[in-house]
Amino acid sequence: MRLLNLRVNGDALSTAAPAHWTLLEVLRYRLGLTGSKQGCDKGDCGACTVLVDGKPVLSCLTLAALVEGREVTTIDGLMPAHIRAGGTGADPVQEAFDRCGALQCGFCQPGMMLSARALLNRTPHPTRAEIKDALAGNLCRCTGYTQILQAVELVIAEAGGAAVVPTDWRAELEQ
Amino acid sequence: MLRCPKFELATPTSVAAATRLLADAGPSAMILAGGTDVMPNLKHELFTPALVVSLARIPELNGIRRAEDGSLVIGAMTTIEAVAANSQVRERATVLAQAASLIAGPQLRTMGTLGGNVLLETRCQWYNQSYFWRQALGFCIKKDGTKCHVVEGGAKCVAAASNDSAPALMTLDAELHFESVEGRRSVRIEEFWLGDGVFNKKINAGEILVEITLPSTPSGHRSAYGKLRERGSIDFPLLGVAARLDLGKDERVERADLVITALAARPHRVQRAGEILRGTQVGSEDFVTRVGELARLAHKQCHPLENIPGDAPWRKAMVAVYARRTLLAAAAGTGPVHHL
Repeated sequence: MRLLNLRVNGDALSTAAPAHWTLLEVLRYRLGLTGSKQGCDKGDCGACTVLVDGKPVLSCLTLAALVEGREVTTIDGLMPAHIRAGGTGADPVQEAFDRCGALQCGFCQPGMMLSARALLNRTPHPTRAEIKDALAGNLCRCTGYTQILQAVELVIAEAGGAAVVPTDWRAELEQ
Repeated sequence: MLRCPKFELATPTSVAAATRLLADAGPSAMILAGGTDVMPNLKHELFTPALVVSLARIPELNGIRRAEDGSLVIGAMTTIEAVAANSQVRERATVLAQAASLIAGPQLRTMGTLGGNVLLETRCQWYNQSYFWRQALGFCIKKDGTKCHVVEGGAKCVAAASNDSAPALMTLDAELHFESVEGRRSVRIEEFWLGDGVFNKKINAGEILVEITLPSTPSGHRSAYGKLRERGSIDFPLLGVAARLDLGKDERVERADLVITALAARPHRVQRAGEILRGTQVGSEDFVTRVGELARLAHKQCHPLENIPGDAPWRKAMVAVYARRTLLAAAAGTGPVHHL
């Protein structure tokens, strides 16, 4: 057993786990933060994506002990962070995913939304190519990619104050 | 759900402390860099170390700087993302920046390190599987068994070198620097590989890869990387092609180099590349013809096996296509060559 002092979603949390436990296992089975999903568990699918110091990483391949002293953000922390920053309701990324129907089963969504959030924090006005590139490590097996890309575009447009007509991605994808 | 086997974790904060730990622990210790390759392998019980030594808390291993003699020095723990984005690497070692930008997906590039990619474990579809999967089929030559499932009756492991950085660094004449309690050792990457899929690197017990140096490139240096993979967004290479052209007066080729990986245990340098292209003027009809000739030669020299996904005959056919496109991209100063 190893004592772990972690910073997760702005909270300082202490717990203990064996040295070989991953961050994902500690989040889910020690801290009860089940928003991060256990998918392939070997770095293919992106369902376990969390932000460490603002950058998307795979928590299934990160040993928990190695994120001590770093800031971890999971999907569970996105809405509280938005409210702390003076916003109302859920994070705009979560809102947009909801309104665009960017989900079916929802399993990939936490990772997908965190990758999108990290992109928008880094680049507030990404191009379509940049959006696709940023989400390249998150797999959606219900194939809802069209609406997912639409949702990210919606966030960008609304942040700019535009009246929003979601882009029709299908035309472009069929070319 | 895949879980790591039990191990103890050490997080030294200096190279000296890390080498001491490795020397004391002996063969039961294993080094962990970014973890993107070691962690799945641990979960598949391909490695079962008693002690894992993480290099994540050693700041001296991180960063890219230019040495006094003009060479680029890249710390082994510099992330793939940082290598791909670095302006000096992009400008002076384009092929490495392009190769780095095509490694895995964004999360894995954020976590993975250049040193880790250089030392990547060879891959095979009969090896990179869970313990349950492997024992159900019958273990293979690379791990726990005596039979090769790729080459019938094969006595030698043919697991594939799958690191995109390796061919790129070979065209750049990179040098690898190791540290251990015995001191420092440097080796040219060209001489680093062994033709054995079980373990394809000449690295001694207790050594840590600390730095990778790239000698300065001439002003006419052009290079590009081409990568074939199943999904354009994330996979390991089914073929990796690094091309280098050094141009002299009138844009004539002075030096040409072509290295191809994801075939067998070590990257393959295409023989006679320099001989075929030397003296030809980039953009001329002669150049395009010679590039075609070199691509056909590469096709003849490369023998993809059924060791990684993708039909071997298709991958062989693609050798010529990717060699030609990557050489033309290098000449034009574009790239990377990528199907998506």
